[in-house]
Amino acid sequence: MYGYVIRRLLLAVPVLIGVSILVFAMVRFIPGDPARAIAGVHASPEFIEQVRREMLLDEPLHIQYYVYMTNLLRGNLGHSTFTRRPVSVELLERFPNTVMLTLAAMFVAIIVGLSAGIISATKRYSVFDNASMLVALVGVAAPVFWLGVMFQLLFSVQLGWLPSGGMGTARHIILPALTLGLATAALIARITRSSMLEVLRQDYITTARSKGLVERVVIYKHALKNAMIPVVTVIGLQFGTLLGGAVLTETVFSWPGIGRLMVDSILSRDYPVVQGAVLMIAVLFVLINLIVDVIYAFLDPRISYGTKGGE
Amino acid sequence: MDKIDALSELATQKRDTEWRQVLRHLKRNRLAMIGMVVLVIFLLGAIFAPLLAPHDPFQTDFGRALELPSRDHLLGTDWLGRDVLSRILYGSRISLAIGLISVSIGLLIGLPIGALSGYYGGKFDLLTQRFIDVLIAFPGILLAIVIVTILGVGVENVMIAVGIASVPIYTRLVRGSVLAAKEQDYITAAKSLGIGDVRIILFHILPNCLGPIIVQSTFHIATAILWAAGLGFLGLGAQPPAPEWGTMLSKGREYMRTAHHLTTYPGLAILFMVLGFNLLGDGLRDALDPRSRKFR
Repeated sequence: MYGYVIRRLLLAVPVLIGVSILVFAMVRFIPGDPARAIAGVHASPEFIEQVRREMLLDEPLHIQYYVYMTNLLRGNLGHSTFTRRPVSVELLERFPNTVMLTLAAMFVAIIVGLSAGIISATKRYSVFDNASMLVALVGVAAPVFWLGVMFQLLFSVQLGWLPSGGMGTARHIILPALTLGLATAALIARITRSSMLEVLRQDYITTARSKGLVERVVIYKHALKNAMIPVVTVIGLQFGTLLGGAVLTETVFSWPGIGRLMVDSILSRDYPVVQGAVLMIAVLFVLINLIVDVIYAFLDPRISYGTKGGE
Repeated sequence: MDKIDALSELATQKRDTEWRQVLRHLKRNRLAMIGMVVLVIFLLGAIFAPLLAPHDPFQTDFGRALELPSRDHLLGTDWLGRDVLSRILYGSRISLAIGLISVSIGLLIGLPIGALSGYYGGKFDLLTQRFIDVLIAFPGILLAIVIVTILGVGVENVMIAVGIASVPIYTRLVRGSVLAAKEQDYITAAKSLGIGDVRIILFHILPNCLGPIIVQSTFHIATAILWAAGLGFLGLGAQPPAPEWGTMLSKGREYMRTAHHLTTYPGLAILFMVLGFNLLGDGLRDALDPRSRKFR
C-alpha cells in the first residue's frame, strides 16, 4: 500500500519535469524573435536587449533551461512585462480564488449529480428520471460560457437576485459555481444512475430485500456503497475538466482567478505571466490527480499495487 | 499465406454482418436517431448556406443594428446590422469543419503512435507514454490554449491546436486496443506465417479496433466544437468578421441587456450541434458494445 503511494509520487516527478520543459519551450516556439515577443510590441530596442540578456536567449538551450529551472525552484518566475511585478506574486494572489471556484463547483456537482442520479435510478422511467436525464444530456452539451451568460441574463439582469460578476460576498460565487459545476453534475448524475441500476440487479440486493429490509436501507446502506466506485473515479477525472472550464467561467464572471489572468495575459502578450499561469494550472492538476489516485487506492483495495503504473 | 488471407476474408465477412447488426441497433435507438437528424439538418444548413441564408452574413446595415427578431430578420440583427440567422448558418460551416478536421489531425498523429506503441512496446512505448503523460497534465481546453498561444489566433490554428490537444486521447485509446488485440490467436498465427508487422497492424489489428475509435471520434468532434467555440469566446479563436459561434457570442455579450438574441442563439446552435454528436456517440457506443445495452 505505502509502496504504491511512494511509486505514484515518484511517477509524478518526470511528469512535472516534462511540464516545466514544455512551459519553458512555449515562448521559444513562438515564431519570430522570442525576446521581441516577450518584451512586447512597443518595447524599445534597449528593453528587448535586456530581455534577451535576462532570458539568456543567446546561450544554448540546455543552459537556458538549467537557469530557468533553478529560478523556478527558488520561486522566481520572472516579471510581468505589463505590471513589472513578480509573476509569482500575481499568481499567488489569484490562486486561492481559482481553487475556491473549482471546489465550489465540484461541491455543486456532487450534491446535484448524486441526488439526481440516485432518485433517477430508484424511480426509473418516472417523470423525474426522464426529465433529469434530459437536463443531464443538455448540461453536458451546453458550452460553459454560454450557460454563464444565460444565468447572468436570468438571475442578474431579469430577476436581479444575484450579482453578475466580480468577487466579494458569498453571493458572488453562486452563479460561477453553478455554471462551472453543471456539466459535471450532469455527468455524475448519469454515471450514478447507471451504476446504481447495475448494482440494484445484483443478488445481494435481492437477498437484502427478501430479508425484509426497508427499501431506504437497501438503497442507502447496501447499494450506494458499491455503486459509488465508478462515481468516485469520474469525480477524480472531472477535476481536470473543471480547471479547464474555470478559465472560461472566470472570464464570463470577471472572477479574479488564474484562468482569467492567463487569458488577459495572452491577449496582452504578457508571456512570463502566461507561462507562470499555465505552469501553475498544470502542476495543480498533477497534484490533484495524485491525491485522487491515493484516495482511490485506499477506497478500493482491488487496485493492483504490484504492477507498475496501475493501468 | 493464402489460408490467412482466406481467414481474413472470412473475418471481414463476419465484420460486415456485425456492422449491419450495429446499424440495426442504431436505427432502433430513438435518441441516436434524433441526434442524427439534428446533425443532418446542420450539415444541410452548412452545405446550402448560400441558398438558405436570407441575407449576406457579412452585409452591414447600421440603420438596422441591434434589431430584435422580426419577420425580415428571424433571429434579429447584430451591432453592425448583420442578419444573425445567416451568420449562424454560415457559422455551422466553421464549426463542422473545425470538428472534423481537428479530429482527423488527432487521429492522423495519434493512431500511428498508439498502434506502434502498443504493438512494439519497449523503449518507444515507454518514451511516447511518458510524453503523453506530460500532455495530459494540461487539463481540458488548456493544452489547446497553450498551442494557440504559440501559433497565434485564427481558424486554421484553432484546428491544429484542438487537433494536437486530442492526440493523447487517441494514442491511449489505440494503444489499449492494440495491446488487447495483439494477444489474440489469429495474430500469433499471422506472425508465425511470416506476415510483416505493418501488414498485421493495418489489416489484422486495426480493423478490429475500429469500434472504440469511431465512438471516441464521434464524442470528440463534440468536444472539439466546444473547445473551438471556447477559444473563440476568449478571443483566441476565429477572428471577426468570421461568423464563428463562440466569437459571435463573446461580442454579443456587450449587448446582453438590450439584445439578448446575440448571445442566446449562437449558444443554442453550439448546444444543438454538440448534443447531436453526443447522442449519436451514445447510440454508437450502445450498438457496438452489447454489454451497455441492458441498462438503458
